Amino acid sequence: MQLFRSHVLVCGGTNCTFANSEKIIAAFDKNLVENKLENEVKIVQTGCFGLCEEGPIIVIYPEGTMYFKVDVKDVQEIVQEHLLKGRLVSRLLQQSSEAVEGEYAIEKSSFFKKQMRVALRNCGVINPELIDEYIAFDGYKALGKALTEMKPMEIIKTIKDSGLRGRGGGGFPTGTKWEFAAKQDNEQKYICCNADEGDPGAFMDRSVLEGDPHSVIEAMAIAGYAIGANYGFIYVRAEYPIAVKRLQIAIDQAKAYGLLGDNILDTGFKFDLEIRLGAGAFVCGEETALMTSIEGKRGEPRVRPPFPAVKGLWQKPTILNNVETLANIPVIMLKGSEWFASMGTEKSKGTKVFAVGGKINNTGLIEIPMGTTLREVIYDIGGGIPDGKKFKAAQTGGPSGGCIPASHIDTPIDYESLIELGAMMGSGGLIVMDEDTCMVDIAKFFLEFTVDESCGKCNPCRLGTRRMMEMLDKITKGKGVMSDLDELENLAKDIKASSLCALGQTAPNPILSTLRYFRDEYEAHIRDHKCPAGSCKALLAYEVIEEKCVSCGLCAKNCPVNAITGSKKEKIPFVIDQDICIKCNVCFEKCPAEAIKK
Amino acid sequence: MKTLAELEAIRKRTFDEIGMRAHTDYTRVVVGMATCGIAAGAREVMNAFVSEIQKRDIADVNVSATGCVGVCRLEPIVDVIDKDGKKVTYVHMTPEKVAKVVLEHLANGKICLEYTLQEEE
Repeated sequence: MQLFRSHVLVCGGTNCTFANSEKIIAAFDKNLVENKLENEVKIVQTGCFGLCEEGPIIVIYPEGTMYFKVDVKDVQEIVQEHLLKGRLVSRLLQQSSEAVEGEYAIEKSSFFKKQMRVALRNCGVINPELIDEYIAFDGYKALGKALTEMKPMEIIKTIKDSGLRGRGGGGFPTGTKWEFAAKQDNEQKYICCNADEGDPGAFMDRSVLEGDPHSVIEAMAIAGYAIGANYGFIYVRAEYPIAVKRLQIAIDQAKAYGLLGDNILDTGFKFDLEIRLGAGAFVCGEETALMTSIEGKRGEPRVRPPFPAVKGLWQKPTILNNVETLANIPVIMLKGSEWFASMGTEKSKGTKVFAVGGKINNTGLIEIPMGTTLREVIYDIGGGIPDGKKFKAAQTGGPSGGCIPASHIDTPIDYESLIELGAMMGSGGLIVMDEDTCMVDIAKFFLEFTVDESCGKCNPCRLGTRRMMEMLDKITKGKGVMSDLDELENLAKDIKASSLCALGQTAPNPILSTLRYFRDEYEAHIRDHKCPAGSCKALLAYEVIEEKCVSCGLCAKNCPVNAITGSKKEKIPFVIDQDICIKCNVCFEKCPAEAIKK
Repeated sequence: MKTLAELEAIRKRTFDEIGMRAHTDYTRVVVGMATCGIAAGAREVMNAFVSEIQKRDIADVNVSATGCVGVCRLEPIVDVIDKDGKKVTYVHMTPEKVAKVVLEHLANGKICLEYTLQEEE
């Protein structure tokens, strides 16, 4: 073993890899050699740090200094200044932070201060491709404890007492699910991990798999011991190549250490698992469809009951847990159920990971204790809305969820209060919308997604979602009538009640929730043929305000379809020909006198 | 196949190596590595700290670099800051002196007064 005085952690998550982090690592290797530092400084590729907006991110220990938006050409300066001379490269520190000298450690930044990392505890700390680094931070200790000190029912009791609930969206108590499966008298049982993360904009599970794959493997082995299963499947979407690669490396390493396979840790317990790739169908994130897909059939859901805990994969008792749920298990086993239950609210314990996106400054991945308010997420951790715009609503739960309007910004985030507001926790996608977002258009966006992804097995979902989308399309084009709203609401309720699986049952949620809070916007589209947010193109009309026009001609010069006429020389105010205008917004952006209204 | 004891051995060994990322309170050895420090031999001093700490298997200590504190004539300067923030400054350090500081101060908690500023003046 060689002791290095400094470790440089470079984010190797999907976002930062996309932003060149591999080239940055290569540049470090080269510069370290040039400065003869290769035996003093170690370069480590880790999982996601969470602040994807500011990527590629590197963190230098022991100081814990975090550098943002690092470019390949910055590497030389970091090596020569920070690593060689111990001087901060201040231009790469977080600009917005009000940090004082010596306070550059990542935990002190506003982005991390209010977070609590449980499921993400190792993401951005260890090298996910080295099992020893996982073991160094108590990895596989929980499995050892489970196999040598605990009976299966004790494990299930611990998980039940902790109050852990499914993080994939449903929120079903994990311990209870395990108990159902444990009670089944069957020689063959299965553990499945749902890594078919499909909500647009959500990447919580991907980050856990990329940053800490062993935590999921360890948890599956513990679950196997608890319910009496000796085989597992991780169903992960093929669109996550880095996650798949690191998972496979992790499985191979665990097998080499005898932490998977026969006679694990000399206890006689046997557990093995394999990866199954999903082919990109959203419905395969639904539990019965996922299992049908693993069996090699077309991924379609089936009627429940029987629930998978009774009859799942190949008709055998099966439990399916989401990636984030599993990542919590080893910590709960080590720190105890009281510790876990001490975080969060009365009915929602622990923490939740969110992928925050949309109109927010700090786009990225965060983990917060349950009960944190939306305001804290958006303004304290998220850094507020760009360009000083007003917060309008946040969408949680993706195409199955709903929105939380600005009037409810102080709602604590937990399973119950989100349901009460007509939204849902979902898997953790959180999309922030500002005043320029049209709520009808958002509902349409999510509905287009469900129409595409409906598997077509049941009528309400296959046909119903399409009819709803057609109505929304009509409304956004200004061709709706007032009775459409009631019809939309009725149809939405029918689809919710009669669809076969959760995809159809939740597909109307974005419509119902926007109708609940933003009915006036729908009405404005229909009655006044206006889009209050100025986003629905068909309802926009760009006009030049004659008094404000300075006849500079910039609008006409930039118009791509020559729809604007006037004269700069003769100072004739410009006008827009509505028949030619394609509503591209260029004139609006270019006008120096704010003389164009929409 | 690994046993629990082997797992624990891996845990300890790897943690000694990467534990600095766990943000626990460490004793910090800070070496002045500005141009003046480097010219006076700070690189050798720093490397000596790392190898001596490793040789004596001392956990909970990390070594980092810092800039110039302004008394260039005393370089190489090394601050040893304990977990409570108490600081001892060693001046005119050499690899030989480092060996003694690691053994006496870091391993046994005894400050090497003869290498501190007070002794110099």
